[in-house]
Amino acid sequence: MSRISFWLQRIAQLLIVLLLVTFGVSLLLRLVPVDLATILLPASSEGEREILRAELGFDKGPIGYYLQWLGNFVQGDFGKIYFSGGTEEVSDHLKQAMPRSLLLMVYTQILSLVIAVPLGVLSAYRAGRRADKIISNSLFALSSVPNFAIALLLVIFVGVKFAWLPTLGYVPIAEGYWEHLKHMIMPVISLSLGLIATYTRLLRADMIAALREDYVTMAASKGLSDRRILWRHVLRPSSMTLLTSAALSMGALIGGAIVIESIFATYGIGFEVFAAIGGRQYIALQSTVAVIALFYVFFNLVVDVGSGFVDPRTRDRRVNA
Amino acid sequence: MSSLLSVKNMSINFDTPRGSLEAVRGVDIEIPAGTSVGVVGESGSGKTVMCRAAMGLLQGSNVKRSGTVVFDGHELTAMSKEEVRNLFGSGMAMIFQDPMTALNPVRRIGSQLSEGLRVRLGMSKEDALVRSKELLELVRIPNAAAILKSFPYQLSGGMRQRVMIAIAIACNPKLLFADEPTTALDVTVQAQILQLLRELREDLQMSMVLVTHDLGVVAGNTDYVAVMYAGEVVEYAPTTKLFADMRMPYTEALLESIPKVDHKSGTRLAVIAGRLPNPTDRGAGCSFAPRCKYAQEKCHKEHPELKKDPDGHLYRCWFPIGVAL
Repeated sequence: MSRISFWLQRIAQLLIVLLLVTFGVSLLLRLVPVDLATILLPASSEGEREILRAELGFDKGPIGYYLQWLGNFVQGDFGKIYFSGGTEEVSDHLKQAMPRSLLLMVYTQILSLVIAVPLGVLSAYRAGRRADKIISNSLFALSSVPNFAIALLLVIFVGVKFAWLPTLGYVPIAEGYWEHLKHMIMPVISLSLGLIATYTRLLRADMIAALREDYVTMAASKGLSDRRILWRHVLRPSSMTLLTSAALSMGALIGGAIVIESIFATYGIGFEVFAAIGGRQYIALQSTVAVIALFYVFFNLVVDVGSGFVDPRTRDRRVNA
Repeated sequence: MSSLLSVKNMSINFDTPRGSLEAVRGVDIEIPAGTSVGVVGESGSGKTVMCRAAMGLLQGSNVKRSGTVVFDGHELTAMSKEEVRNLFGSGMAMIFQDPMTALNPVRRIGSQLSEGLRVRLGMSKEDALVRSKELLELVRIPNAAAILKSFPYQLSGGMRQRVMIAIAIACNPKLLFADEPTTALDVTVQAQILQLLRELREDLQMSMVLVTHDLGVVAGNTDYVAVMYAGEVVEYAPTTKLFADMRMPYTEALLESIPKVDHKSGTRLAVIAGRLPNPTDRGAGCSFAPRCKYAQEKCHKEHPELKKDPDGHLYRCWFPIGVAL
């Protein structure tokens, strides 16, 4: 199997996953035992609801409805949010929320990896000794504190008591990068601490296993320094689990940072989901969940590409499979 | 004759949950310059640990070592890790048993081979790659330029072992530790690799420590042999002398357990009954006594000292073969 056909097949698989997920969500909505048109337009007349039913495809069967939604979705029409004063486009909401969530996720990943990788390398290198015990135990303690508790502590101390950082809101990069970062620091730290603990532990375990390999002794017998052996010889073959975990948490951070987004009023995608559920905005919910699924699938593809760089054996294995 | 490597009274213990494990016990060994010395013994006899310890490659907080190692005038056991490291490559080098696991699976052959040249000899990246290609040709690898760009998993076992040899000899070491270099290879490839090592040793004026459990390999490839048993050197002699006039019953038993061409078909292969003694509890007497067909009362009670024949033949036995008591 050639490389191109492997990737085509992989992408086809992921598209099928996307179709199944979005169809599942769509089906769930239709199973809600209420009249969706009444919920979306509670104050309107039956005639207006009839028009809405026809417009959204509620009058069709589950498959017909799904196909109509899908047709709109791929053309960029994500549906509307309905409230008493009128409607808003879901896509406008997502356009606002998307950069917030993406940047939050990117900063969190960068911070987590920048801290976790050296810590993991160090604690694997010093496994069982004092440095490792201090790192492992403090990270264990840290990972058992929920991130909202950390967030609240940050708000109380950094935000209120010392007033070093703003506690609420989001500022786009366009309005000043420093101002933007100031609003991001606390949410990013809150999200990172748990991830740092996870990443460090994964990397530590894999590196300890790799350090027992003959190729490490071989590298030492070439006269290389421990530092070079750790970073050049051991880190890469030990980072597969870390890479996979990082990719999964990228997907999770896009849609799953609801609590932190709410505490700091960052209002990303997670908050959109939360708001859509609370406001019974079923169409918005369906489209937003679809967007989150799209990111999950995309980051999965990124792992597939990345794993080929981390371990060239996987690249050939799939070509020969 | 001056010794290139001299190991004196080396003991290596590993702390384990079940007590201290004595892997190497009071080993003395001399490697004269320009020679090849075989270290034979069964699995678990301490040969690999002894070699790695001699080079200072044993890592871990549970390792306890004692004794002295002097290489080429440097007392390794008194030097810092960094100082010892400076002797690697151009002083000492090692090739490993399993070429499948001793090469880094995710790095290209070229980068693994040129790395030592760059770090140890300070070559530029370009020069190191040119030299790497020459080294691959030196170990008779065809199509060297393409191999430089491949990953270890793309090569056969024999090719990988050649690559490992190329890495080891890259900086012209004076002493090469070959830790079971042919054990993981099939027989025809074994012969090629041993042939290659012989030629390289001659061309590069290298001394070699050849660790193996195969007396057949020792016979054609070494000048001296040290026989190890349960962490001790139990016999040390010139190779021809050892085969012709061994002193240790253990060595005799090892030789008897080699299948021979002139054996009648249907002959049962001689085996050494029993197992190596428990390394956490060595007992008082000779370690080999429980398995020795000549063992007497004394052998079970007292640990034999290393004795020396006038010609330098060393052995550790109360009732050596061929010596009138």
